[in-house]
Amino acid sequence: MASDTGASYGSTLRYKSVERIKAVGKHSLIGASGEFSDFQEILRYLDELTLSDHMWDDGNSLGPKEIHSYLTRVMYNRRNKFDPLWNSLVLGGVKKGPKGEEKYLGMVNMIGTHFEENHIATGFGNHLAIPILRAEWHEDMTFEEAVKLVEKCLLVLLYRDRSSINKFQIAKITTEGATIYPPYSLKTYWGFAHFENPAQGAVGSW
Amino acid sequence: MFRNQYDTDVTTFSPHGRIFQMEYAMEAVKQGAATVGLCSCTHAVLVASNKPASELSSFQRKVFRVADHVGVAFSGLTADGRVLTKFLRNECINHAFVYEAQLPVSRLALRLADKAQVCTQRSWKRPYGVGLLVAGLDETGPHLYYNCPSGNYFEYQAFAIGSRSQAAKTFLERKFEGFNKYTPEQLIKDALSAIKETLQGEKLTSSNCTVAIVGRIEDGTAEPFQVVDTKRIQAIIDSMEAAEEAPAEPSSMQEEDKGSDAAPMDI
Repeated sequence: MASDTGASYGSTLRYKSVERIKAVGKHSLIGASGEFSDFQEILRYLDELTLSDHMWDDGNSLGPKEIHSYLTRVMYNRRNKFDPLWNSLVLGGVKKGPKGEEKYLGMVNMIGTHFEENHIATGFGNHLAIPILRAEWHEDMTFEEAVKLVEKCLLVLLYRDRSSINKFQIAKITTEGATIYPPYSLKTYWGFAHFENPAQGAVGSW
Repeated sequence: MFRNQYDTDVTTFSPHGRIFQMEYAMEAVKQGAATVGLCSCTHAVLVASNKPASELSSFQRKVFRVADHVGVAFSGLTADGRVLTKFLRNECINHAFVYEAQLPVSRLALRLADKAQVCTQRSWKRPYGVGLLVAGLDETGPHLYYNCPSGNYFEYQAFAIGSRSQAAKTFLERKFEGFNKYTPEQLIKDALSAIKETLQGEKLTSSNCTVAIVGRIEDGTAEPFQVVDTKRIQAIIDSMEAAEEAPAEPSSMQEEDKGSDAAPMDI
């Protein structure tokens, strides 16, 4: 899972070091876009949930599917009360089941729409990243291949989405646990001929 | 147990620290028809002995499916058992709705125990007069719990409740160490043998017992909780009896021999 580390306040890019992907329990990752304070509230709910699950200490633990389902209920019920949590959430995880390792990736948004898919994106990612993922994703990618693919999407988003910033974080979840890598930047290229003297020959310019 | 001045309310302790109403409720469990539960490391089995109220009536149902992965069998006031089954089903359904996953059996047993405890601490309530054997399968394997009217619950490898359950318990105490390695067939056989002990002479047939099983087979697929078909039960009973009548059979059958020979009446 990958995201940039920016949080805007309207059109102002107010916070530039925000971690938008967090580990949940032992088996899942949650990534959010939208209203950051609502994400913080959701993290508190998940904290309560995973804590009481952990305190049972009975060998059972909440997997990504259960957490996704729980969040769906929360989001949908808030929407029905006309008081939504203004987020798009991406839930991913891996859990060992009786039939081996089960991977899970799903999303739920502020109106409660939820689904499970092999590639998920929020916001502009739906328009810019999903087409790339649909073309280039395949089963059994290595971690390195996946990072390359995701970086390709992030770069497009960086160029084209004005609310994105050049500071990204990648997060990985396996049966061993969750790893959220430190932020880093992608190399961008702005030396296109069109960017020099962009107004030359434009109507109304001199 | 005799009547005494501390047994009127469930909210009264005796000077020795006993709550008699709670103990009387547990007596009600002992009066019910016998029920037996067993666990291996892949399956859990419940067997209930069917006692009809009269010759004209059918027997009372005591084994209920609570969810795909868990079921109960009870002894005592079966009406209380029916109502508690409805509660358990509701809890499983609610959990499945929110989490799209099965409620782990230990957590279900706890909710039932908490509900039972409430009735032991209110002056306007009475304890549930039924003991439940909760058998189910979750991530951590098959489990068997016994829920008491007192609000206590314990996990068991094997247990028996109801009238003449001591005979079954004695049988199970001898055999339980091997249960973990049993196949589902062997588990059903021993469960039937245990119930047979409680019949005390009466013939065991597929019409005077109900058997249910839940578990996970080798490839990881779960077999949902279901009552075993009477034909299959009769076939198993017949094979058990065949084994008894032929002591020269190979050693795998000798287990059943010992089971039927050492009836508690002999002790």
